[in-house]
Amino acid sequence: MILTRRNALKTAIYATGATLAAPAIMRHAALGADPIKIAGIHDASGGLDTYGAPMIACLNYAVDELNAGGGLLGREVMLKNYDPQSNIQLYTQFATEAATKDKVAVVHGGITSASREAIRPILKKFNTLYFYNTQYEGGVCDRNEFSTGSTPAQNVNKLVPYVLKNWGKKVYVIAADYNYGQITSKWIAKYTREGGGEVMATEFFPLDVTNFGPLISKIQAAKPDAVISALVGGAHVSFYRQWAAAGMKKQIPLASTTFGGGNESIVLSPEEGDGIVSAFSYFQEVDTAENKAFLEGFHKKLGDKAPYLGAELAMRTYIGVQLWAEGVKRAKSIDRMEVIKALESGVSLATPAGKTTLDAKTHHTTVDVFLASCSNHGFKVLETFPQQPPSDTASVCDLIAHPNENKQYIVDIKL
Amino acid sequence: MDYAAVVALQILSGVATLVIVSLGLAVVFGMMRVINLAHGEFLMLGGYTAVLAYGRGVNLWIALLILPPVVVGIVGVVVERLLIRRLYGRMVDTMLATWGLSLALIGGVTMLFGNSVTGVSAPLGSFIIGRFHVSVYDLFLMLAAVVLSVAVWAVLKFTPAGLLARGTMQNAEMASALGVAPDRVYAVTFAAGAALSGLAGGLIAPISGVVPTMGTAYIAKAFITVITGGAAMLTGTLTASGLLGTVLTSFTFLTTPVFGEVALLIVAIVLLRLLPRGITGRFLRRAL
Repeated sequence: MILTRRNALKTAIYATGATLAAPAIMRHAALGADPIKIAGIHDASGGLDTYGAPMIACLNYAVDELNAGGGLLGREVMLKNYDPQSNIQLYTQFATEAATKDKVAVVHGGITSASREAIRPILKKFNTLYFYNTQYEGGVCDRNEFSTGSTPAQNVNKLVPYVLKNWGKKVYVIAADYNYGQITSKWIAKYTREGGGEVMATEFFPLDVTNFGPLISKIQAAKPDAVISALVGGAHVSFYRQWAAAGMKKQIPLASTTFGGGNESIVLSPEEGDGIVSAFSYFQEVDTAENKAFLEGFHKKLGDKAPYLGAELAMRTYIGVQLWAEGVKRAKSIDRMEVIKALESGVSLATPAGKTTLDAKTHHTTVDVFLASCSNHGFKVLETFPQQPPSDTASVCDLIAHPNENKQYIVDIKL
Repeated sequence: MDYAAVVALQILSGVATLVIVSLGLAVVFGMMRVINLAHGEFLMLGGYTAVLAYGRGVNLWIALLILPPVVVGIVGVVVERLLIRRLYGRMVDTMLATWGLSLALIGGVTMLFGNSVTGVSAPLGSFIIGRFHVSVYDLFLMLAAVVLSVAVWAVLKFTPAGLLARGTMQNAEMASALGVAPDRVYAVTFAAGAALSGLAGGLIAPISGVVPTMGTAYIAKAFITVITGGAAMLTGTLTASGLLGTVLTSFTFLTTPVFGEVALLIVAIVLLRLLPRGITGRFLRRAL
């Protein structure tokens, strides 16, 4: 371009105009960009709402925190919460709706293993990224899903040695009668045997059983050194009641893979609950600076409505959102495959529950595990096991070698 | 030896629980031929009354034994006025209406108090038989079952109200012709049945979790007991509870709770095949 006075003037005018217009154009671009839609599917009502309510509170809090920090990729994150009312049919319906109608970037949700296995295939089919944030029995191998909760190699593997070392070698196992309890009781047997202990008996109870009188007499007749419970849900809480009422609290100690995941510690009186030991990848009482800061913010925002977070389910939901957000930031995109690849590149976050690292091979997490004892409606952390890998799932699942894998392995335990 | 004693105790406690949860239903069904599908929810309301009252500082025994029957008895009066009264003699319609009522009660309580488990701790502590610790509250439940049965029997046998009730039960038209108002008898009977259900809810609150859906865990067993018992409501309920409770608890001991319930159902089915009108349809017919 030949520099003439006229041209120079023109350029200057355009430049000034552009400069003046820029903020307006950019603001317009920001407004015009669609928000990033994500979905949460958790039971806010029905029998599982004691688990669901704190999970939803943490999910909302995580999304609010993202938006307060300017959103993701300059876009607002818009969360839609579905309530499947503890009904598996609604889970499948809402997963389909979130994937096809809302076209969300990611779904966080599912509480029981049954609900996860209902929506996992649907989200896989519709190419919608899925985060399952609950402690569970392990073994899911699916590149479209990330499991952020702990599994038996992380929690049962800490609980059982504690029992064998402190209480004795003979254990009596009682578990809920569905896939979680069945599989978890096998893990308990495996670790008990490896620790030189003996499982005297394993008994399963359907979720609606409330009379544990005969069981309590049977346990007394067997005289184990300890009882390990994988009981689940509201009806089973009456076991702990009847156990205490029979005066057994002082006779035989109790450990549990599930106690504290719901509101057990709140519902039971200290006389009934205190001293029951469980292991999870988070307890609200975990004493770290990160956790203190988190709880302060959480309580400031929710006030009196802040639920007791108990063991890991709610916290893992918060961390699940953070992990997904980290993937989006690294991928600079919300495209499913880009985010998966970014998350597989080795993401590690400092969280209120300690360092959480995503394992690319299994899509599970390496976490700190805490052993805690129920105390006055809350928990007292007894021991911390830093950075436990998901070795159970890792023994069967390798998504780098077999990216198209899509199943839940029932880890073969030699009994 | 001590093991046998503990097993016997558990069997008795199983029988007592069946008597307690069935009695209210038996009174309503036996006297009025009304199948109250909301019976389980009456239990649940009794349980909630006990838990809420105790949580507000009411004395535990008043919360367990006095308030639940009073509150649920009042609920029974209202339900009888608004619903049951309009459907006498229409068994299927009553079943539908009370089923709807049961759903409404579950929904209402869920809305008011949420769907989480509550409860009270069992009082009275434990005692020792040989190597075993047993909850004293189990013994208390047995005592309660006996006292309730005797009370129902005494009321029916020795009071003027019991006489009217028995008369109306035998032949409502004749009673009416003799100047008894069957409507009023039915209303009182339904309220009494509801009160018994409420008391049962209070009694079982310390041993089971109290949730809006807790009724479903008990209603099936209560029904099977009442139907297996047959026409004579008190004798029928007691014999059926004795039989089914023994089967349930023994099989639970020998195998698992699942097979215990299966055994209970099989025994009930076989019995009803052999005695379609229940145990008291064949034996002890003239009993109460």
